[in-house]
Amino acid sequence: MKTFDYARPGSVAEAVQAGGRFIAGGTNLLDLMKLQVETPERLVDISRLDLDQIEEREDGGLTVGALVPNSDLAADPRVIEKYEVLSRALLAGASGQLRNKATTGGNLLQRTRCYYFYDTAAGCNKREPGSGCEAIGGFNRIHAILGTSDQCIATHPGDMPVAMRALDAVIVTQRGDGDKRRIPIADFYRLPGDTPHIENVLEPGELITHVELPAPPEGKQTYRKVRDRASYAFALVSVAAVIAVEDGRIASAALAFGGLAHMPWRNPAVEAALVGQAPGTAAFEAAADALLDGAKGFGTNDFKLPLARRVLIATLRDLTQ
Amino acid sequence: MIEQAIDTAERPGGLARAVQGVLGAAVARVEGPLKVTGTAIYAYERAPEGVAHAAIVGTPVGAGRITRVDAAAARALPGVLTVIDDDPRLPAGGANSRAMPSQGTDRVFHYGQPVAVVVAETQAIAREAAALVHVEAEAAPGRYDTADLPIERQPKSAFLAPVDTGDLDAALREAEVVFDRTYTTPAHFPAALEPHASTIWWEGDVLTVRSSNQIVGAARNTIATALGMAADKVRVLAPYVGGGFGGKTGVGPEVILAAIAAERLRRPVKVALPRRDTAYLVHHRSPTTQRVRIGCDRDGYIAAIAHESVAQQNDDAGFVEPVPFGTIPLYAGAARRMTTDLVRVNLPPTGAVRAPGEAIGTFATECAMDELADELGLDPIDLRRRNEPAYDPTTSRPFSTRRLLDCYDEGARRFGWPARVPDPGTTLDGEWLVGIGMATALRGNFTVSAEAEVRLDAGGAATVSCDMTDIGTGTYTILAQTVGEILGLAPATVTVRLGDTDLPPTAGSGGSFGAGSATSAAALACEDVLAELARRMNAAPEELVLRDGQVSAGSRTVPLADLVRDAPIVARGRSTPGQQAKRTSQASHGAHFAEVAVNAVTGEVRVRRMVGVFDVGRVLNRATATNQLVGGMIWGISYALGEAAVVDPRSGRFVNPDFGEYHVAVNADVPNIECHFVEEIDDAANQTGAKAVGELGISGAGAAVINAIHNATGVRVRDVPATLDTLLAALPPV
Repeated sequence: MKTFDYARPGSVAEAVQAGGRFIAGGTNLLDLMKLQVETPERLVDISRLDLDQIEEREDGGLTVGALVPNSDLAADPRVIEKYEVLSRALLAGASGQLRNKATTGGNLLQRTRCYYFYDTAAGCNKREPGSGCEAIGGFNRIHAILGTSDQCIATHPGDMPVAMRALDAVIVTQRGDGDKRRIPIADFYRLPGDTPHIENVLEPGELITHVELPAPPEGKQTYRKVRDRASYAFALVSVAAVIAVEDGRIASAALAFGGLAHMPWRNPAVEAALVGQAPGTAAFEAAADALLDGAKGFGTNDFKLPLARRVLIATLRDLTQ
Repeated sequence: MIEQAIDTAERPGGLARAVQGVLGAAVARVEGPLKVTGTAIYAYERAPEGVAHAAIVGTPVGAGRITRVDAAAARALPGVLTVIDDDPRLPAGGANSRAMPSQGTDRVFHYGQPVAVVVAETQAIAREAAALVHVEAEAAPGRYDTADLPIERQPKSAFLAPVDTGDLDAALREAEVVFDRTYTTPAHFPAALEPHASTIWWEGDVLTVRSSNQIVGAARNTIATALGMAADKVRVLAPYVGGGFGGKTGVGPEVILAAIAAERLRRPVKVALPRRDTAYLVHHRSPTTQRVRIGCDRDGYIAAIAHESVAQQNDDAGFVEPVPFGTIPLYAGAARRMTTDLVRVNLPPTGAVRAPGEAIGTFATECAMDELADELGLDPIDLRRRNEPAYDPTTSRPFSTRRLLDCYDEGARRFGWPARVPDPGTTLDGEWLVGIGMATALRGNFTVSAEAEVRLDAGGAATVSCDMTDIGTGTYTILAQTVGEILGLAPATVTVRLGDTDLPPTAGSGGSFGAGSATSAAALACEDVLAELARRMNAAPEELVLRDGQVSAGSRTVPLADLVRDAPIVARGRSTPGQQAKRTSQASHGAHFAEVAVNAVTGEVRVRRMVGVFDVGRVLNRATATNQLVGGMIWGISYALGEAAVVDPRSGRFVNPDFGEYHVAVNADVPNIECHFVEEIDDAANQTGAKAVGELGISGAGAAVINAIHNATGVRVRDVPATLDTLLAALPPV
């Protein structure tokens, strides 16, 4: 770990002007600092700011403070009842101890678990722009099959953000100049392209203060995560699904995927293939075809293509039966 | 001192007559309160005054030659005390009593090989500085991919002598049924939770090393050799160890480097390996390729069996994974071939990791037996019964004790084996395909020398001391129970001192020989104590009855404390290997049963329950023995389903050297596991009659899981781990 300065601002206004890397739960950042994958010169500790409330809004939605721990969010009765997909996704992530420390805002910014990102001896364009990508041509079992570039095939490892993507959450931030932004999660993350080290649209000093969940969606919800062991393993493929069936037809569908791309993945074509159709193999296969349109394996992760197809179809069947 | 070789299968009189009734009982760990209150002192804790912190610098290439070490930037960092890269004693790797690494060499055997040690005022500064040391190397092509490497047949350093009895080729030619399959296993990390750590200080010319180590006596000798010192100037302490799994059987290079640094700085030095460094500075279990051939008749009676293996090692180490160790005495068959070949690689050293040989060797043989039973239309247990030998089929020696058939019976009954549906892939529970499987466990029983001191102080307090370690296994408790049993004392009142080379020497924790040998030494020491107590009672030792702190002879009963009030008793016992180890074939046995569910959509495998029944001779403590065996069974789940240390063949670096991506089983992967015993005291094994326990549980456990996966899905997994992608193609359409 490299020596760093530490600041603990007393307010959001102070925090955004403190100039440094924000730290809250530290469940990801501290590990990366110990490995010198991240070497911030200054840490700005926001963990004691007053951002740990979950509040109901007039439109029926919830506003979640950025410092609400994953455990608390998952256990909130309103979340369990109305945002089941989110509660399930949170509980599918990490371990109990980590969920107690990990925060809502921090979890949105969890960094990839790419093996080569963690190995400072390896070339990694995300860690060190221009140093290459050793995952391409290497061991890439956990890597992306959608939205990849020749610079980076890393995945976003999170579960919570996948559910939030299906729920059309809005990320509320405050910038150094005090301006607040409301960023739809659809616009928050970036594909790797030529700049895999830039993972989202946050500007330097911009702090996530809240996440807004829109009014609860119609239909049934679930989160299905496929992984190498029963706990404490990142998703090989995960699906956050919200499906409403009316009069024997799929009335609405929101489907987001983890483990497949550099960001929680959502493709309107997948949902378009379902809406208006009768639930059944034909519609499900069409949705899977739409999902995997343009998907590409890199060797050890080739299995994710058939796996994603199977998991999507099984999830759709479960929710529409 | 009472010294006794294990020549006769005779129980020491004191143990034979003992009536306290504590040996074998599920006595709670005597050191448990210290551990749960954080007051047990582990290797890295409570440093002496003025301690400095060390970090190790490794090579940036996996093969070639080191040309220059530039430590200027590291030295310039505030808080850095020294960077040492020029000491001729600098080791290229870990060492054990059998093999020393190269020292002071510029040759690179593997990536991450130690080149220098940085010492600083804090651990954080030491590690930051280590990253600033620039090591220049002349890279050479590395042997990281074993596919086309030449095979070294039966290397001289191999632990196992090859077995080649009868005419295997002819027997296979003539057999009605010939089975021939190849299995592979990947590299495994020892993965102890406590990182390899040491606190090291000099007092004059005496070096003290408190270390996370399994075998302190061997460690002392190794450290002395590496540093060019007399062994009696080195003291090694390991009072508490947070798991070993084989990875702490030797002395890591960080110990030698930190000792050199402590010598130069004249300050105590602490070192702990970061998790990722353990992949390079600690040995791992070799990946293996195993060919199993079996020739039998249509009824399954085996005439020929071959278990031929290829493992890996680098150019600076000698260990050869003894893959077929468990197969040698297991099944009948006159023609036998068991071999351990090697390929040489530019990777960190391979070495002993939880049940070397059996853990992964039984995966191949026990899956092979399951496949063969399937091909013959036999129940897997029936096939094994038909090939249960009357004596060791390789050495022709009689078995000391062997209750394997009872383990099958007891296990089958408890598990509900008769309800098995032989047709695979036909039992469905919702989205899950369900299947059951079984496998045999076998772990050879080693006899080794061990010495212990038993002391009765004025007041009657008993202390037993030896340099044996307790690596989470229960040594403290079983020694207290052994002494308590013989001297008629509650185990909680017996003080146990371990893990210190100033104490009587044992062989430490390794090879599952620690419990049997150390308790035997203690039992022999108690013979001496009893003789003296008898003298003080004016009675013969055979007349004494010791119970609850009272000593009786005939009608007289005297408190033990009264007998030692004026003169404490100090006695030593030493148990050594004898004729029994040569005359008999000794092993622990068991049978594993597993039920698994395989998700028909995703291929995810979840173990639903396991039952293990074990023959381990005398059970010294039902709770700690169960703890070890269940732990081994969990490791079986772990290597069957998750564990694989992956090497990137382009660089010779491990891809996943951390607990995030090296998947050991976690709590949620572990179902209800039952452990039962078929107990028969084995007096030929040692004085207490306790056979190997620690490494038995993993033996065969992974195979039971893999065989259950076949029963669930029809898929034969011959390359572990059985991750979901290996099953996906064979699953029914969604």
